[in-house]
Amino acid sequence: MQKEFLFSGFGGQGVMFAGQLLAYAAMDEGLEVTWIPSYGPEMRGGTAHCFVIISDKPIGSPVTRCPQVGIVFNNPSFVKYEGEVAPGGLLAINTSLVSAQSHRADISLLPVPATQLADGLGDVRMANVVMLGAVLTAVPALPLEAIRHALQTHLPEHRRKLLDANYKALEKGAEFARSMVKSAPEL
Amino acid sequence: MELVMTPTEMQVVYEHPRSLADVPTRYCPGCTHGIAHRLLAEAIDELGLLERTILVAPVGCSVFAYEYFNADACQAAHGRAPAMATGVKRMLPENIVITYQGDGDLVSIGAAEIMHAAARGEQITTIFINNAVYGMTGGQMAPTSLPGQKTTSSPLGRDTHLTGAPIRMSEVLAQFDGAAYIVRRSLHDVANIRKAKKAILTALKVQMAGLGFSMVELLSSCPTNWGIAPEKALDWIEENMIPHFPLGDYKVRDDVKAL
Amino acid sequence: MTKELLKGNVAIAEAAVRVGLEAYFGYPITPQTELLEHLSQRMTELGRVFLQAESEVAAINMVYGAASTGARVMTSSSSPGISLMQEGLSYIAGSELPCVIVDVMRGGPGLGNILPSQADYFQVTRSAGHGDFHPIVLAPASVQEAIDFVELAFDLADKYRHMVLIAADGQIGQMMEPAELPPMRPLRDSTPDWALTGAKAREKRVVTSLYLKGEDEEAFNLKIQKKLKQIKKTEQRSVEYATEDAELLVIGFGTAGRVAYSAVEAAREKGLRVGLLRPQTLWPFPEQRISELADCVSGCLVVEMNAGQMIEDVRLAIGGQIPVTFYGRTGGIVPMPDEVLAAIEESYHRLQITV
Repeated sequence: MQKEFLFSGFGGQGVMFAGQLLAYAAMDEGLEVTWIPSYGPEMRGGTAHCFVIISDKPIGSPVTRCPQVGIVFNNPSFVKYEGEVAPGGLLAINTSLVSAQSHRADISLLPVPATQLADGLGDVRMANVVMLGAVLTAVPALPLEAIRHALQTHLPEHRRKLLDANYKALEKGAEFARSMVKSAPEL
Repeated sequence: MELVMTPTEMQVVYEHPRSLADVPTRYCPGCTHGIAHRLLAEAIDELGLLERTILVAPVGCSVFAYEYFNADACQAAHGRAPAMATGVKRMLPENIVITYQGDGDLVSIGAAEIMHAAARGEQITTIFINNAVYGMTGGQMAPTSLPGQKTTSSPLGRDTHLTGAPIRMSEVLAQFDGAAYIVRRSLHDVANIRKAKKAILTALKVQMAGLGFSMVELLSSCPTNWGIAPEKALDWIEENMIPHFPLGDYKVRDDVKAL
Repeated sequence: MTKELLKGNVAIAEAAVRVGLEAYFGYPITPQTELLEHLSQRMTELGRVFLQAESEVAAINMVYGAASTGARVMTSSSSPGISLMQEGLSYIAGSELPCVIVDVMRGGPGLGNILPSQADYFQVTRSAGHGDFHPIVLAPASVQEAIDFVELAFDLADKYRHMVLIAADGQIGQMMEPAELPPMRPLRDSTPDWALTGAKAREKRVVTSLYLKGEDEEAFNLKIQKKLKQIKKTEQRSVEYATEDAELLVIGFGTAGRVAYSAVEAAREKGLRVGLLRPQTLWPFPEQRISELADCVSGCLVVEMNAGQMIEDVRLAIGGQIPVTFYGRTGGIVPMPDEVLAAIEESYHRLQITV
């Protein structure tokens, strides 16, 4: 079963790293995975995005037209990708920074005030991990434990002191999603 | 009274340098490439470097330099000898790597490569033959052609308003910190040829000591493409080229002086 | 060994280090710069040669010099940079020196853009430089294959005294996938008998591509052609998926081949008898296998990220016996699997094959 995730936001919001965490966790779980970023001038300002595909079979194209899960961290990303989430899929929205409303009835919405929740934990930069915790709770593609393990193994050396804070952020997002989502969408 | 010397009493005062291959060259009569080759070969011999030397031949009249020396050699693309020499030297830092380049090769198409080799302080030695003209292609204007000089591509004489003035590369390269030894000599008479030989010896010693980039520019004649008889061509160097390309030491770093 | 999540560019660089790369010369250009950056650190810490050249022109000529000494040497670039390297590539071909060149292709012509592209298929397989030669060209479709091809490239380069070009694209370079790197190998312990080392206790050696007499140049050309013929005979490589009972054969290399794989899978789910052949060598082109398959299928669809270049080789291999159709995107756009699926369905129905 193939699961496709699109992460999009401003450069500096940790969009790339959130996708990489997911990719590391999938790899550690023995799954096939691809991670592909937007790159070049697009990264400097504007939106940055990355695409993560997880599968139990070899992955062909690392990009699809309509990802099953869209995770948008800012307004431009919402505008760009809201319409692209596959019918029956999930759109996770960082409501701290996205003011627009989705009117799509064919997808599930997961509004998460990720930046505020991260701020509450003392570090707005954790919004990416809060979001990942929320998404993986709504779409249990991988256990949260796999992300915790990925953080432990792959967090860069100079960020290791943030390990506990990352764990807390992941749990905060999961907790928020549990309170929001009555039933996870079937993917 | 008869002067008779037996073979044992005879002294060798002049012989073919060991580093110079015993083959005919393709150079025109009166061309000073032959003198430059001989000076370089003598210098390699005197410093005992033949077995360590790797020569990088250019594109130009001296494209066959690899045939004329008994050293290992390679043949670079036009202007790229300093880059190729960089590749060789970085792999073989114990060897002596020498590029031999003309003015079209070094000053025109290879201007970037020679400047960056000098700037990096690449541990190579360049012999730069400046004869103010493209030789092999038949006498076209070079970046070192003199103002007003008639060539096959400046038939009315070099117009500096259209094509710029001669580039003085020794002066340019002397600006780079990586350049340890940059001098200009001439091959138009015996006294100057002797000075040129001394400079080549110093340049090679700079490389042996690992002091940085070294280059000897040699003002040379091209009787064929200048359309001047060989002897007169030597006078032409003195009368016309030297005023534009003053002889002298453009960079002799203190560590070179101490050699 | 365990798998690591590796970016294509970094994986290629690290693989080269591990299979004995002695020297790298390069110039920054997107989308391959991480390759150069990784080597700037690794080669330096290992005491090997890394040099950022002043241009791609200089970089390839440094490669030319280093390869003259018998060293394992590599450069990398992207389309516009490869254009600048064509001069040096030709000299390297004319001097029969082994080396590896990585081309992480991007959109063109001109400055184009930095997106993934396959628009330089002709450049790398046909016109890598002036004169009559082809580089060996390997086209990876994944990070793992890129790693494996680095090792293969150096081995083929040494085996044939010939340049090997790894033709990737921006997507392969930028993508991260789990992959396994080879173990660290020791550097070579011998020097080939043609390498420049200084003429000590032996005749002098010369590395040159100059043959002034027509007869000598022709003799040299015939020698290269003989070598290329041997390479063509023994080094054709491709992989296949679901070709056993296929009516329609899809052919795509690198990233396009990967996208085509997704589309073929989807077509199979719809019950269409479609198979995929993905060339791993672009030169030599896997014409033997394609020719064999042409006897078994009713039609062929070529998918490329260009306006149709490899299709010429496919047509030559097939020789007009079955219809060949084309689907391609240009400008650095990677086709989506659904577009390729639509092209498959159209070709399939044009062949009037009933499900």
